[in-house]
Amino acid sequence: MRFHLDSDQIAIQDTLFGVVSEVLTREKLDAFIDGEGDFEPDSWAAVSELEFFGLMVPEALGGSGLGLLEAALVSESLGRAAAPGPFIGQFLTAIALSSTTNETARDAFLDGVAKGKTVSTFAFGGNWLPESWSVESDGKSARGEVRFVPSANAASLFLTGTKNGGIALIEAGDEVAINRHRSTDRSRPASAVKFDEAAAHTLFEPGDPLVQRLFDAALVLIAADALGGAQYCADLSVSYAKEREQFGQPIGRFQALKHQLSTMALNVEPSRSLVWYAAHAWDEEQKDASRTAALAKAHLCDRFVEVTRDAIAAHGGIGYTWEYGLNIWFRRSVFDRAVLGSPSVHRERAATLAGW
Amino acid sequence: MDLSYGQAAEAFRKEVRAFIKERWAPQSVERSDMKAYVAAFRKAATEAGYLYRAIPKKWGGSEQSPDVIKAQVIREEFTRARAPMEVPGNGMNMLVPTLLERGTEEQKRLFIPPTMAGDYVWGQGYSEPGTGSDLASVRTRAELVGDKWIINGQKIWTSQGGKATHMFALVRTEPDAGKHDGISYLLIDLDQPGVSRRPIRQMTGESGFFEFFFDNAETPASWIVGERGQGWNVSRTTLKHERASIGSAAMLGNQFEKLVELAKEMTRNGQPAIKDPEVRQALTRIEGWVMSHRYSSYRIMSNAIHGDEAGIISLMMKLLLTEIGHDIALTAQDLIGDEGLVEPAPAGTRGRGPEKWLDQIMGSLGNSIAGGTTNIQRNIIGERGLDLPRDLAMERGQ
Repeated sequence: MRFHLDSDQIAIQDTLFGVVSEVLTREKLDAFIDGEGDFEPDSWAAVSELEFFGLMVPEALGGSGLGLLEAALVSESLGRAAAPGPFIGQFLTAIALSSTTNETARDAFLDGVAKGKTVSTFAFGGNWLPESWSVESDGKSARGEVRFVPSANAASLFLTGTKNGGIALIEAGDEVAINRHRSTDRSRPASAVKFDEAAAHTLFEPGDPLVQRLFDAALVLIAADALGGAQYCADLSVSYAKEREQFGQPIGRFQALKHQLSTMALNVEPSRSLVWYAAHAWDEEQKDASRTAALAKAHLCDRFVEVTRDAIAAHGGIGYTWEYGLNIWFRRSVFDRAVLGSPSVHRERAATLAGW
Repeated sequence: MDLSYGQAAEAFRKEVRAFIKERWAPQSVERSDMKAYVAAFRKAATEAGYLYRAIPKKWGGSEQSPDVIKAQVIREEFTRARAPMEVPGNGMNMLVPTLLERGTEEQKRLFIPPTMAGDYVWGQGYSEPGTGSDLASVRTRAELVGDKWIINGQKIWTSQGGKATHMFALVRTEPDAGKHDGISYLLIDLDQPGVSRRPIRQMTGESGFFEFFFDNAETPASWIVGERGQGWNVSRTTLKHERASIGSAAMLGNQFEKLVELAKEMTRNGQPAIKDPEVRQALTRIEGWVMSHRYSSYRIMSNAIHGDEAGIISLMMKLLLTEIGHDIALTAQDLIGDEGLVEPAPAGTRGRGPEKWLDQIMGSLGNSIAGGTTNIQRNIIGERGLDLPRDLAMERGQ
């Protein structure tokens, strides 16, 4: 029995967070947030160089053959660092291309995606859930419109949800029109994307169980991102409480604040175990994998929102400023909570999946 | 990650199961013989190495090397068969581990065997009316006169107080020493004229706790564990042997399943309450916490098995359990509706309906107090887990 990280897994997490915090300086993150771009090449390059996009690609196909658990550790570290870029879409595309029976698409794109050379984002649309997807594709060209596509301008590929719950990989080009939203989460700006007979490859037909499995992986990766973000906010608040003095002593000595910080830790640490289990259940293809992914997504996104709110409260005035930066993570919590469906949506799904 | 216990553990499970099947058949035992039957079963289970694993053979234990997984398998199998495990209570949980680490040979010989047999039932004498979270402020005094300690004062919140034959107590023996340095850890026979007891009726109507009054009570000079003035330190001795367990996770899981059953039984707008969108949200919201608790328990157990430190999560489990218990209570209260206007008959009574949830609803409040209040738990997480500075008065030891 083993249910805690081993040294390799800890190394994935620590190495990545170390490298990304080094290349993604605060100045760079601020500049990105104030700018118009939707892709940050340095943090992307760091993940590519560590060969982490190929983490879940089987060894036979040139990847590392690791699981969603390891991918979730990567997602957590990127969430902690507030890294911009369509990391989750890239992971999902690597999983999809590894498991599709469309060998032409796999041969054409998997290597570039796994190496991080080809950028791919996800474009699900509808209300996020597979049954609501609406892009029409005949496996050669696709048409339709999808809102809230992260880093659309940087992407050469769109992992797209198609009508009745299939998945196609659509290529960027003149037939794809991109309209940037004013995004709340400025670290992950999204766009509305319109496909007008754009080149498409079917990865999964409607009804293929791998579609739900891919969607479940997306839920777990978002949950892990939320975990990392919440961890960052809790850590920052604790350090601040040790440094900031009022009434002649560090404010962390006051019980009211101490309790608020303990509550934040209580929102983070036990939830970590849920993320690990959700990823583990997915890797082991357990019966409860889909339901656990839904519960984990709902739970972690609520925790993230709660922790960022508490973090801003615990900081006082400085936490409410733009300059201090907590709002970057607050806005990421808004993104995580909404994207792929709100907590209440997934809780209702979980209730239905339990047969209630 | 691997949540299975492994082949060796499953083989061991078979062994334990076969033992229980052979030795535990209470249906065929007369009521009057039950006590002896249970004692014989415990003796056999100890000889097989399943019970009293941390206790040396010399004192009647089975003296096994620590094995968290084996301990867990034993717990699971005994619980499944409803077979008796070690004698429950503070004696085995707190006093015996303390004696093993800090007691004299004489004290071990005198107290460990009868405690294991259930003949000595121990009450904890820590809290006093003026001494709650600030435990080191105890005022009950003991004075050494000749070869006896003469004890005066009052202790409160002693569980099993009605049955207790003995008490381990923190008392002030060095009035001139500092707050913590003036305390000693004494063992007291409660069957003597200088000791009287009174039950405390709690909000549930039951009396699970007692208070004790000491009026020139006596105890032998040698019934002190550790040196004079070391009592505070002695009381911090905790059970390390096979400590990590997922017992509370199983308990919480059962409670959550019962809540789901309740939601299926109760009706709302002419259909099962579990069809109500609000109820579904409440249940799945709680389930996120229940699962976080369960897999955190596995995580702590896994760390213990591999000899690693689980870190801050270990400090959170009591508070987490309490908080989830409150969530369950509030949802249950909503589900039972006006059935909750009827006070439930005592536990064990036949024909109890949904109103029985009031036991859990009120009991959940007890959980936020017993064993370190919720406010103190948050201090512990903050100070020991997050390394925040201690309250000034506490730091000065006042």
